[in-house]
Amino acid sequence: MSEPVLRVDRLSKNFSGLAAVSEVTLELALGEVHAVIGPNGAGKTTLIGLLSGDLQPSSGSVRYEGKEIAGLPPERIARLGVGHLYQRTNIFPSFTAFENCRLATQARLGSSMRFLRPALRYRELNEAAERALAEVGLAGRRGTPAAALSHGEQRQLELAMTLATAPRLLLLDEPLAGMGGEESQRMVALIAGLAADHAILLVEHDMDAVFSVAHRLTVLVNGRVLASDAPEAIRRSRAVQEAYLGGEAPA
Amino acid sequence: MTRRLSAASLLPSLVAVALVAFPAVAGKFYLQLSSGIMIMAIFAMSLNLLVGCTGLVSLGHAAFFGVGAYALLLLSPQYAPASLWLTLPAAVGAAALAALAIGLLVLRSSGVYFIMATLAFAQMFFYYANGAKWLGGSDGAYIFAKPDAALFSVAPFKLADNTHFYYVALALMAATYGLLRLLLRAPFGRVLEGIRVNEQRMRSLGFATFRYKLVSFVIAGGLAGLAGYLDAAQFGFVNPELFGWRQSGTVLMMVILGGAGAVHGPILGAVALVLLQEVLADATRHWLLPMGLFIILAVLALPGGLAGLRPPRAMRRRPEARRV
Repeated sequence: MSEPVLRVDRLSKNFSGLAAVSEVTLELALGEVHAVIGPNGAGKTTLIGLLSGDLQPSSGSVRYEGKEIAGLPPERIARLGVGHLYQRTNIFPSFTAFENCRLATQARLGSSMRFLRPALRYRELNEAAERALAEVGLAGRRGTPAAALSHGEQRQLELAMTLATAPRLLLLDEPLAGMGGEESQRMVALIAGLAADHAILLVEHDMDAVFSVAHRLTVLVNGRVLASDAPEAIRRSRAVQEAYLGGEAPA
Repeated sequence: MTRRLSAASLLPSLVAVALVAFPAVAGKFYLQLSSGIMIMAIFAMSLNLLVGCTGLVSLGHAAFFGVGAYALLLLSPQYAPASLWLTLPAAVGAAALAALAIGLLVLRSSGVYFIMATLAFAQMFFYYANGAKWLGGSDGAYIFAKPDAALFSVAPFKLADNTHFYYVALALMAATYGLLRLLLRAPFGRVLEGIRVNEQRMRSLGFATFRYKLVSFVIAGGLAGLAGYLDAAQFGFVNPELFGWRQSGTVLMMVILGGAGAVHGPILGAVALVLLQEVLADATRHWLLPMGLFIILAVLALPGGLAGLRPPRAMRRRPEARRV
């Protein structure tokens, strides 16, 4: 594999004395899906927040495409090409599905200090938004207010928004949470497809999904990396089974 | 499918014709009253850029209204008129500059802290003007001559003429309305709407939201300065109350009453509030009581403000014609 897109080195976050993430080190290359698993409270979402800029690291380094990004504000990190799918759906509920995506593509303009030409006349943005909607399978719902979409559709919409910003690194925080079987399968296939030209950091509780798409797994327990290896090795690891998988081998 | 012209779709044109024709039928009192309403409408529309579009509730917007008004005072020679073409841009610029300075500070807060911070700054202006001799102190000061519109010694209109002043106020109100419509449709306006709905998401999409909020604050301040300038020009008098929290509260009430969700909402709010005040103050000395009751009832009954009132079903346009 090529140069790592993301290199996290001894990254830590303390919340008033509590070490939510401690000394986490991991690497992620283009074309790779790197899953982070672990019990609730292991620090997975905190880790993603540190990478996206929503949280400030206490110490450690995050290098994205060779550039130090630890501690930068979220908008700077997003502009560099890091897309974030939040654990709790984070969209514009009163806007239509299309406008949600169109606004996301508008972030590509560089500056939106544009005051005269109507936003809807930027044809290339409209087209990119339509493409993003189609990619996640929401083309038929473009005119529906986001608040009126089903939970699964809202997750798809948020992924479409994230894709519409044209990121190279995707931080996906539980993309399958609360999804039905069919929606889940669709999302897993989508993630597998995105892996071709993205680097993907995936936090997910659905072990079937994780083992089917991930090239590499990092197990986080109490904020620390317990193990980091290929899926097969993790599946066989006794330490991981005891700490997290509860002794039963995942199917 | 052909669409018949419905009464509701004709309404904007009818209103425009009525506004242009009004001076032909109205006397001096009503001309001045409507000019005053249109000035307040500009002021309210400027505040709505913050409240309704960006989601920033400011309780200190009068600060910029006052700066615009006092700018005319300071730029006017004692007994001679000042040039409109110099003082108007200068007043708008001064108000925008004040908004830039204040915005850099207050926009670091949000929610109730933002409300308090804006109020605090406006009160600072109020107390300063109240104590400053060179600004006329608590008594205020007179501007004896209205700004002169002469350009190369040819005056296309005279602000001292009530009809001319009315048309100038109307033109500037229409220009403000048009400008805001344009801004809100453009990428800039879409960013503001996004900030109102979910600022944190805007940041994670890559928008540096602080800058957009600041520009919105500066534009709103500049337009408030325009309204303040016109107010000072119309009445020929300024006093510290122009900066006061009552003034900020009144204009906020116009925005809420008229409907913060529509660009024309604040115009309706300004019309309703000023007319109501005229009628009630004529009828009783205790006019604030019925006024307060009316506003409470209006807010309860019309969550979208006056702009949210829909014409009867038969008059409605197709729903697709509505703005998204």
